Amino acid sequence: MTAPLVEMKDMNVSFGGVHAVEDVSIDLYPGEILGLVGGNGAGKSTLVKTLSGAQKADSGQIYIEGQPVTILNPRDAKALGVETIYQQLALAENIDAPGNMFLGRELISGLGNLDDSAMEAATRKIMARLNPKFENFKTPVARLSGGQRQSVAIARAVHFNAKILIMDEPTAALGPAETEQVRQLMRQLKSEGIGIILISHDIHDVYDLADRISVMLQGQLVGTVDKDDVTMDEVLAMIIIGKLPEEVTESELQDLHG
Amino acid sequence: MSLTEAPTTQEPEVKQKPSRSVRSMVRDSEIDVRMIGMLGLLLVIWVGFNIMSGGTFLTPRNLWNLSVQFAPVAIMATGMVLIIVSRNIDLSVGSMLGFVGMAMALIQAELLPDWLGFDNPWTWMIVLVIGLVLGALLGLLQGAIVAYVSVPAFIVTLGGLLVWRGAAWSLASGRTIAPMDSTFQLMGGGSRGSVGEVGSWIIAGIACLAIIGYFGNDRRQRNEFGLKQRPMWATVATAVIGCGAVLGAVLVMNSYYLPENVARAVAEEQGIPWPAGGLQIPLGISYPVLIAVGVMLVMAFVANNRRFGRYVYSIGGNPEAAELGGINTRWTVVKTFVVMGILVGIAAAVTIARLNAATSGLGTLAELYVIAAAVIGGTSFTGGIGTISGAVLGALVMQSLQSGMVLMRVDAPMQDIVVGIVLVAAVAVDITFRRRTER
Repeated sequence: MTAPLVEMKDMNVSFGGVHAVEDVSIDLYPGEILGLVGGNGAGKSTLVKTLSGAQKADSGQIYIEGQPVTILNPRDAKALGVETIYQQLALAENIDAPGNMFLGRELISGLGNLDDSAMEAATRKIMARLNPKFENFKTPVARLSGGQRQSVAIARAVHFNAKILIMDEPTAALGPAETEQVRQLMRQLKSEGIGIILISHDIHDVYDLADRISVMLQGQLVGTVDKDDVTMDEVLAMIIIGKLPEEVTESELQDLHG
Repeated sequence: MSLTEAPTTQEPEVKQKPSRSVRSMVRDSEIDVRMIGMLGLLLVIWVGFNIMSGGTFLTPRNLWNLSVQFAPVAIMATGMVLIIVSRNIDLSVGSMLGFVGMAMALIQAELLPDWLGFDNPWTWMIVLVIGLVLGALLGLLQGAIVAYVSVPAFIVTLGGLLVWRGAAWSLASGRTIAPMDSTFQLMGGGSRGSVGEVGSWIIAGIACLAIIGYFGNDRRQRNEFGLKQRPMWATVATAVIGCGAVLGAVLVMNSYYLPENVARAVAEEQGIPWPAGGLQIPLGISYPVLIAVGVMLVMAFVANNRRFGRYVYSIGGNPEAAELGGINTRWTVVKTFVVMGILVGIAAAVTIARLNAATSGLGTLAELYVIAAAVIGGTSFTGGIGTISGAVLGALVMQSLQSGMVLMRVDAPMQDIVVGIVLVAAVAVDITFRRRTER
């Protein structure tokens, strides 16, 4: 097997006295979708934030392509090829799609002025591939639909050649058609060799898309399983009672549907 | 975040054809409807006052004076836009103007003459640079406390309002400092602080060429990338209106003549014999107006075409997104306060130059006029929204109201009442308008 794209080893994050993430280790391979699931407050968002630079870890080590790296802020993460699509999308509502796509990494002309035409052209190019129906390149994103906003967030990640893509609840705000569009896109990115960490509440989503599934409960890793080796009920058991498929009993599985 | 809004592209084609096509025409032309509304309001105020004052409002003399008085507020309002857009506020600008103005006055009236003598040609430049640096430092201090200590800007600058006012008083123990350096005085306008007739036309010509060049360059650039062009009619119309406004303004400025005694002195200096019918020497554009327009252009450029401006707007739109985008949001906020401080320095120079003196009460309540100008000009306290040109127009609206009322001999308390009501009404109309168009 190829070397892992990302390894996060013994990560710890605490807020005050609360251990949000406790000794969690996960890894991600190229061209793989890793589902990261767990209930509310399980610590999955906090864990990936240490990879995307939005949260500092108290301890633990991250390796990218085998090299130990230090990620202190979003800029560090992006420099390492880690792009993130946040649950709340992280778009500046008052700025148009090209402005958002290049936010913090604007294209500038020789004199240091913003090159809006170049940014619009690049955005049009990438949107033609991701969402050909998109045509509001000059309206503030606040006026766009959920799906359109989502495609802006994804376009940002794709344009900057992400090697590692973190998607935090990417379909939470979308209708069925738009959800399908995002799924399609994820499969496409996967086939291009990008590693994707997919965080979701929706177990069906994860079960359909992921190659492996890591389950967290109360800040700790319950375990990581190959999707092909487990049933959806067994994953549910991991999420709810924190027991691995080999530990869980038939009656406990029955109780899940109580 | 309102995710429930209907997607604008997938709007079903409704039958109200005419209104839709007008709307799409306006959208394609990228004409700012709010701006046109503001210009309409200004027109109403001007014509209204002109009728009520029996034709004295729209005279070159009144408009020239109005333009000079409007300059300091306009200069500061451009900086206030960036502050408010990034979800902060600066209540200290009036007091800061007092402090910086007093410092500049003391330096040129009491300190520098000991070294350079009176009316040394370098004096004005040294004083101005010190004033700008001082303003920048005060802004840096306030901005750093806001951004790095996370004290709300309202509190920091409320403190600043008291501190700088007190400091202005203690600098000269409440004395009035006068007179100013003779070259420095030119910055305040006055009878000699103008570029004259020919100079004004030259500036107008350059401005028109710049307008045409700007639009030409924009079209060329969009062409290069194969992007959709703004319709030609809209570009031409905007350029024609822009040039027309510039030429009209210069025509008005050039129709205001030097008062007879000054004209006589000028004639004497230049050895022109005094003709029997008197000599009509046009003033042209005054330096304070030139400075204000220059500041507006630079600030508009910074806001729209520089990274700093983009960052300020993104912080106002969504601070978290800006942070996650890798923007150094704290430093950006500090910079908005530094820019504000520099602009206060410029406004202070213009103000003491015009008054030819500095008092410890200089700039009292200016913060309210500056904030009002920005807000009337469409800057929103929710952050992320506001334009430089809007704020300058807002300053013009405020000054027009005030000048008009002075002309009508409305007494001071009544003036305050009117300005207060207009401020609230303007924002109410704006919010209603915005709510309708957001849909």
